[in-house]
Amino acid sequence: MSAQSLLAARRPVPGVYLALVLTVAIGWLVVMLRGGALFNQATMVSLLHVAAGLGLVAVGQTLVILGGSLDLSVAYVVSLSTLVAAETMNGSDTALVPGVLLALAVSAGIGLLNGLLIARFRINAFIATLGVGLLLKGYLDSNYDGPAGATSPSLVQSLGYQRIGPVPVSFLLLLVAAVAAGLALNRTRFGHHLLAVGGDAEVARLSGVRNQRVLVTAHVLCSLCAGLAGVYLAARLGSGAPRVGTEGIYDLESIAAVVIGGTALAGGRGGVAGTVGGVLLLASIDAIFNQLEVDSFAKQVVRGVIIIAAVAVYARRTIRKGRS
Amino acid sequence: MLALRAVGKSFLGVRVLDGVDLDVAPGEVHAVVGENGAGKSTLMKIISGGYAPDEGSVVFAGETRTFRGPREARRAGIGIIHQEFTLLPDRTVAENVYLGHEPVRRGLVDRREMLARTSALLASMGAGPMPVDAPVGRLGIAQRQVVEIAKALALDARLLIMDEPTAALADHEVELLYALVRRLRDQGIGLLYVSHRLAEVFDLSERITVLKDGRRVTTVRTAQTTTDELVRHMVGRDLSGYYPGRAAPADVGPVLLTVRGGGNRKLHDVDLRLRAGEVVGVGGLQGSGRSALARALFGVAPFTTGQVDLDGKPVRVVSPRAAMRAGIAYVSEDRKGEGIVARQSVLDNALLAGRAIGGSWSGRSARTARMRDLLGAVDVRSAGVDQEIRFLSGGNQQKVVLARWLALGPRVMLFDEPTRGIDVGATSAIHDVVRRLARDGAAVLMISSDLPELLGMSDRIVVMREGRIAGELPAGASEADVVALAVGAVT
Ligand SMILES: Nc1ncnc2c1ncn2[C@@H]1O[C@H](COP(=O)(O)OP(=O)(O)OP(=O)(O)O)[C@@H](O)[C@H]1O
Ligand SMILES: [Mg+2]
Repeated sequence: MSAQSLLAARRPVPGVYLALVLTVAIGWLVVMLRGGALFNQATMVSLLHVAAGLGLVAVGQTLVILGGSLDLSVAYVVSLSTLVAAETMNGSDTALVPGVLLALAVSAGIGLLNGLLIARFRINAFIATLGVGLLLKGYLDSNYDGPAGATSPSLVQSLGYQRIGPVPVSFLLLLVAAVAAGLALNRTRFGHHLLAVGGDAEVARLSGVRNQRVLVTAHVLCSLCAGLAGVYLAARLGSGAPRVGTEGIYDLESIAAVVIGGTALAGGRGGVAGTVGGVLLLASIDAIFNQLEVDSFAKQVVRGVIIIAAVAVYARRTIRKGRS
Repeated sequence: MLALRAVGKSFLGVRVLDGVDLDVAPGEVHAVVGENGAGKSTLMKIISGGYAPDEGSVVFAGETRTFRGPREARRAGIGIIHQEFTLLPDRTVAENVYLGHEPVRRGLVDRREMLARTSALLASMGAGPMPVDAPVGRLGIAQRQVVEIAKALALDARLLIMDEPTAALADHEVELLYALVRRLRDQGIGLLYVSHRLAEVFDLSERITVLKDGRRVTTVRTAQTTTDELVRHMVGRDLSGYYPGRAAPADVGPVLLTVRGGGNRKLHDVDLRLRAGEVVGVGGLQGSGRSALARALFGVAPFTTGQVDLDGKPVRVVSPRAAMRAGIAYVSEDRKGEGIVARQSVLDNALLAGRAIGGSWSGRSARTARMRDLLGAVDVRSAGVDQEIRFLSGGNQQKVVLARWLALGPRVMLFDEPTRGIDVGATSAIHDVVRRLARDGAAVLMISSDLPELLGMSDRIVVMREGRIAGELPAGASEADVVALAVGAVT
C-alpha cells in the first residue's frame, strides 16, 4: 500500500509522484552507469530516515500554508524539542514518557504563541514566526554550545534505529502523521474551515467560520509536528542538539516540500499527499547525489531548478483552469 | 419577525447609517432601494451579523439580539446572499453550502449526509439537477447564484436577505430567481430584497424602503407608488426616463475598426465594423462570446486568426498595452477581479492606465488635478480621492474605472456590462458619458444583458450566439428580435 493511495482519498494523484518516479528512474540509471547501485538496503534506509525528519515538519507546514499562513520558526522548534526531550530523559528509560510529553507541550506552546500573534494581533505570519524563531535562536545560542542531555536508550533503539525490512519506524510515524493530517483536512470541520480560511478569509468569516480559532489550531498542530520531528532527531542522535534544526534548514526545506507537493502558497488548495511526495523527491535527490559523490553545488542547483519548475507547472495549470 | 429601531453606523468617523427603522413580516418581500453608497449593503450586514451597529437595536423573532458575528445570525435563522460572491471556487457545492456548519457524525464530517442534504435542499428550491460533489468553480454564474441561495437557506433560515441577487444574471436566469423568491415567500420566509432594477422591485415586493445618504426616506406599499416617485425619493430630483438621443446618420463617421474572420478558442469567423460616432450594442446569452469579443479586441485573449484593421491599416493587438497604444480602452464586467486594485486609493486606481502608458500625462500635479476634475465630473462619492477604493460602494468603484479610461481619450471604447449594479441616477449618468464619447468621435461597443438598455442606447445591435455573430439589427428592433437571434429561433 503506497502513501498516495492512503492519502489521496478523492483528490487526483498530485503530479509530484510522476516527478518522483522520473527522478528516481534517471538517478538509478546514472548511478548504475557509474557502476553503483542506488537501491541497496543502506541507501534506502538513509533516504527514508531523511524523509521522516523533514516529512514530519512538512506535514505541519502544509496545514498552516493551506490556511494562508506560514511558519518560519519550525527549525528552532525542532532544535528546542530535541533539547527538552533529551535533558528531561537524561539517559533513563523511566523519564521517557515525561520527556516526550514535555517536548511536545513546549512545542505546542510556541505554536499557540505563533497562532495568537497572527490570528489575534493580526501580525503578518512571515514577520511573527520569524520573530518567534529569532527569540528561540537567542535562547538556544546563549544557553548551549553543543549537544546536551541524553535520550532514553529504548527510544534510541525504537524510534531512532528500529526498522521493519528497509522501512524505519520513524518513516511509519511520518505516514501515520500524514494520514492523520489528511483525515483532519478532508473529514473534520477543522479541515474544511482551514481550507476555507486559506481560500478566502472574508468569505469564511461571513459564512460563520471562527477564523481565529482555526488559524491558532493550525499553528499549534504545525509546531506539534515540528516538536515530534525533534523527538525523533533526539532519538536518532542520542542527545539534544541546539543546531540540528537550522543545519537541516527545516524551515525552508519544509516550505519547499509543501510547494513542490502542489499546495498553493497563497492557501486554500492542496493537501498532505503532495507534501509527502515532495519530501520523498527532495530526499531522493539527496540520496542520488550522495551516491554520485559530486559536489554539493550541483545538488543545490538541481533542487533549485526542481522547486522553480514545480511552481511554474502548477501556476500554468491554475491559469488554464481559471480561463476555462 | 424583524424590526430595526434607529440603527446607526459609522466607519472611521464617516456616518454611513443614521437612525434607520425597518421591519419585515413573515411571507413578505420587502425591497430596499437607494443610490450607490446609500448604505444598503451595510444595513444588510448589520442585520446578518457581519457588522455590529453603533447604535439602535435589532429585534428578531420577538427578541432583541446583538449578534456577535455572522455565525450567530445564521444559527438564529438569518440567511444572506451578499452583493459579492461568497463561494470558494476550489471547494465542492456541498462543502460551500454547509461551510461553517458541516454535519458531523462521531467527530467526523458526514460527507454522505452533507451531499444528501444539499441535494434535498436544491430539490426543495426547485432548482435543476446540479453536481453537488463538483467544485463550484466549474459552475456557471446562474448556478452559482442558486448555490449561494442554498447556502443562505441551509440552516433553516426564516429571514433571507438578498443583496442584488440579479446583478450578475442574464434575463432568462432572472426568471428562475423570481420563481424561487415567490416560492420562498409562500413558505412563510421573510425576504429583504436589495436591487437597482426597479422593475424587479415592482414585480416582487409588497413594500419598498428607500434609503438616501444613510437615512430612511420613506417606506411605501408597492401597489401605491410609481417608478417616478421612487426615483424622486432616491435621487432627490426628477430623472427623465429616457436614453440620450441616438446618432443622426450625419454624425456617423468613417469606419475606425474592422475585424475580418476573427477567431480564437471561443470565437469563430467574426466580422465586425465599428464607426466613429456610433454606439454598437452587443446582445446574446451568457457564454455566447460577447465578453470574449471585447477581450479579443482589447488583446486580453487576442484573435488567433483573421485580421484587425484600425483606420484601414492592419494592427496586431496582442496585449492590453498594445490595445491602449492603439487607442482602444475596455471596461471589464468583472469589476472586483479586473477593474480595481482593491487596496489602492481612488486616485491611484483612476491614474493606473494613464501612468502605465505615460505619454501625454506630463506633470504629476497636472495629471492629478485633471483626474480630480474628471472624478468629480463622473460624480464619484468617496471620503476623498485618497480613500482606499475597496471601501467605496460598487457603483462608485465603477465610476472610478470609467474615469480611468476616459482620461486616455480613447478612439475605440469597449464596455462590458457598464451599468451592472449601478443605481438609476448613476446609470443615466453613465449612459450620457457613453453617448458623449460617441458624439466626440469615438467608436463605442457596448455589451449589455439589460435588454431595455441595449435597445435604448444602441445605434445598431450585433447579436452573438455560440462564439459567432448571429446577426445584426438596426435601431428600433424589439426585445423579441434580439432574443430570437440570441437563442437561434427560426423566425
Ligand atoms: N468597511 C468599510 N469601511 C469604510 N467605509 C465603508 C465600509 N463599508 C462601506 N463603507 C462606506 O459606506 C457607504 C455605504 O456603502 P454600502 O456598500 O452600504 O452602499 P450600498 O448602498 O450597498 O451601495 P451599492 O448600491 O453601490 O451597493 C459607502 O460610502 C462606503 O464607502
Ligand atoms: Mg451594496
